[in-house]
Amino acid sequence: MADFEVKTVETDLLICGGGMAACGAAVEASYWAKKKGLKVALVDKAAMDRSGAVAMGLSAINQYVDLNSGNNTLQDYMDYVRNDLMGITREDVVANIARHVDSTVHLFEKWGLPIWKDQDGNYVHEGRWQLMINGESYKVIVAEAAKNALAAANAQIFERVFITHPIVKDGKCMGAVGFNVRENKVYVFKAKATLVAMGGAVHVFKPRSTGEGFGRSWYPPFNSGASAFFTIYGGAEMTCQEVRFIPVRFKDAYGPVGAWFLLFKSVATNARNENYMQTNAAELEKWVPYGKVKPVPANLRNWLMMLDVMDGKSPIYMQTADAIKKIADQAPDEKAAKKKLKELEAEAWEDFLDMTISQAILWAATNVEPEVKASEIMACDPYFIGSHSGASGAWVSGPEDLQNSDTKGEYFWGYPNMTTVQGMFAAGDASGASSHKFSSGSHAEGRIAAKAAISYIVDHNEAPKVDQAQVDALKAAVLKPIETFEKFKDATTDPEVNPNYIRAKQYMYRLQKIMDEYAGGVSSQFKTSDRLLEKGLELLAFLKEDAENLAAGNLHELMRAWESVHRTFQAEAHMRSILFREETRWPGYYFRADKPSMDNKNWLAFCNCVYNKDTNEWKMMKKPVKYLSKL
Amino acid sequence: MPSFVIKDKCDGCKALDKTACQHICPNDLMVLDKNTMKAFNQDPSMCWECYSCVKICPTQAIEVRGYADFVPMGASVTAMRSSEDILWTVQFRNKEIKPKRFKFPIRRGVAEGQAKAFDHYPTGDDDLKSPTLMSEPAGLNTERGKVKFDKVPTLGK
Ligand SMILES: Cc1cc2nc3c(=O)[nH]c(=O)nc-3n(C[C@H](O)[C@H](O)[C@H](O)COP(=O)(O)OP(=O)(O)OC[C@H]3O[C@@H](n4cnc5c(N)ncnc54)[C@H](O)[C@@H]3O)c2cc1C
Ligand code: SF4
Ligand code: SF4
Repeated sequence: MADFEVKTVETDLLICGGGMAACGAAVEASYWAKKKGLKVALVDKAAMDRSGAVAMGLSAINQYVDLNSGNNTLQDYMDYVRNDLMGITREDVVANIARHVDSTVHLFEKWGLPIWKDQDGNYVHEGRWQLMINGESYKVIVAEAAKNALAAANAQIFERVFITHPIVKDGKCMGAVGFNVRENKVYVFKAKATLVAMGGAVHVFKPRSTGEGFGRSWYPPFNSGASAFFTIYGGAEMTCQEVRFIPVRFKDAYGPVGAWFLLFKSVATNARNENYMQTNAAELEKWVPYGKVKPVPANLRNWLMMLDVMDGKSPIYMQTADAIKKIADQAPDEKAAKKKLKELEAEAWEDFLDMTISQAILWAATNVEPEVKASEIMACDPYFIGSHSGASGAWVSGPEDLQNSDTKGEYFWGYPNMTTVQGMFAAGDASGASSHKFSSGSHAEGRIAAKAAISYIVDHNEAPKVDQAQVDALKAAVLKPIETFEKFKDATTDPEVNPNYIRAKQYMYRLQKIMDEYAGGVSSQFKTSDRLLEKGLELLAFLKEDAENLAAGNLHELMRAWESVHRTFQAEAHMRSILFREETRWPGYYFRADKPSMDNKNWLAFCNCVYNKDTNEWKMMKKPVKYLSKL
Repeated sequence: MPSFVIKDKCDGCKALDKTACQHICPNDLMVLDKNTMKAFNQDPSMCWECYSCVKICPTQAIEVRGYADFVPMGASVTAMRSSEDILWTVQFRNKEIKPKRFKFPIRRGVAEGQAKAFDHYPTGDDDLKSPTLMSEPAGLNTERGKVKFDKVPTLGK
């Protein structure tokens, strides 16, 4: 096998990831590290300028609480998130992000992000909590501030280094292991604290398009469960692993619908022109109290649409032309109406061009002019994105000052955003039960976690005692797929088909097939049951064993191999958590056919789990949901 | 193949210290063929059509053609990004529909490279245990808002 050099990096704080949360962490950590004379290192598998979910840009900042206007309170935001997640939420963590997110957004503007303003100089809201932006360079700008901050603190940045494993000993995190995807180098990062911010996961389930468009999932194919694996494998308690997110988007290219629903006040209908939110409204009764709140929770809106789809009433259409006409008709005269129409048209296209360019291509290729013709919408496939309307992630400590006597014993253990593993912090998609933080809230949460991590380092300022045998074993494990390929590739005439190993891509397909068919993917209309899950877990166990025989022909494929190992752990935590929760609570995300109703009496609780890598066992736990305020 | 490279236009980024498209692709897809000194997308089915490579290519050699498994042929969306704005051209399959051109700003008031993290608001206290983050509480306020915070809000306060 080719020689791999081992690079050892010693630092105080290690930030894993380079996305929104990691960039927030970088800014905040640099500020405090500079004051305290500490070292920071950041590692991203890609280039920070365009890495993670915001690579393409975004057209809106989805969390701006606007406390400063006096129109909203922290309580308002907590109510919104709790209701959207059908009661399952950590109010302390949600409130903590909400009270800091405005300052993050104000910094974005100072860094050069163009936020839309009205004639009076106020931000233009898409909806109550969302701001419209010219966001093509959103990530470039946020990364620029992060890199400048890191430079000011003499911090190190490692791009194109893929993190594979945490280094954990005796319940304490001492850093991470990874490899360079461009050069034969294995990295060992030794750190006093480690902040996990490597996004969520896609391609755990089979996507709808399986040809060339395989990569056109709503969630970016480059986020592959690294956060989940890192925290699970490191022994951290996980939460809400059953709470996947299934967005409804424009069909096939998954263009955003937010601007249509919120800004343009568009209506979606079934093929017979019926508004399913009205015709299926009676169904909401089954999901009270959440069925009765405004806005209707995202998963219930999905569910009312899915009912029509299952009834054969699709295609489902976003009535774009009606919406645009309604707005233009409000203009005082024909000239003004024409001008308004032009404006709306540009806004509609920009919404796609800023964040889902594929949808613009699809519209152009099918001759769609939104002001003329309606467009199909549809539920995508399941994703793990705890920062959005899903909730999966690590179970983290909340801040001390946002606890009451009831919550403190359960939700606070010293440092905000620290997982149950000492010295391991999580933010953004990596931390759970705190949905609706989106890009801005993830950045704010990265800042919260980074300040806490620096505080932890100051309190525990001792060099990490990394066990060399453990590092050697990890290095061997990380490189094994290359070794396996080298060893066996010439045994057959086609290196693709070889009984000695499994290639990274086929491994991923196998995982996706299991999840799709047993855990309620697209082809099973998001429906599953105890028996299906048990069978799925049986098949997953074979897959996990076969991960030992993954083969990689080069560094790129080695990354693909590890991505899918990471996904496997996300998949297992997901299936086990759905199985553990004996009810259906988010019918528009998944439906348990054997337990078709919500059971608030027994299951208004978190499903948490812990994995033990030494015994390969999972422990499932119910943890109480405790609100800061009375409902 | 979602992103594709026009052979005649790609010069392999000879003049630069790194291959721009290879440097930027968030999914590690763009690679330079060292023999031909031309770049290519090594796994089109993993491409997100994020246009990061398109926007960064100094010779405008990269374009995107819709995924062949569900997008009808003949349309195109091209991008030209400068340091201040981005110009889009959308061409429809039906050539009778006039192509659409849009220009949107991409940054405002801060020159490229100049985003300074710490200089905008003072930080209220030097206490690692307090909830005050860098630039707070001043940065929680805008000039226009009615409610002025002189400390980070906590519940009910
Ligand atoms: C299509 C789409 C549209 C959205 N629209 C909006 C919107 O309009 N407004 C809004 O506010 N929010 C929106 N969001 C949500 C927002 O993008 C996320 O909430 C936010 O990016 C989460 O931040 P994060 O840091 O957790 O993850 P990301 O920003 O995705 O960052 C993850 C980082 O981890 C790195 N990484 C991954 N694996 C590894 C590894 N193994 N080793 C090293 N590094 C690794 C990645 O390269 C990346 O840098 C949208 C999300 C999507 C997917
Ligand atoms: S469009 Fe995006 S994902 Fe596709 S090759 Fe270019 S940079 Fe990579
Ligand atoms: S950035 Fe453009 S010119 Fe440079 S290697 Fe890539 S395709 Fe060729």
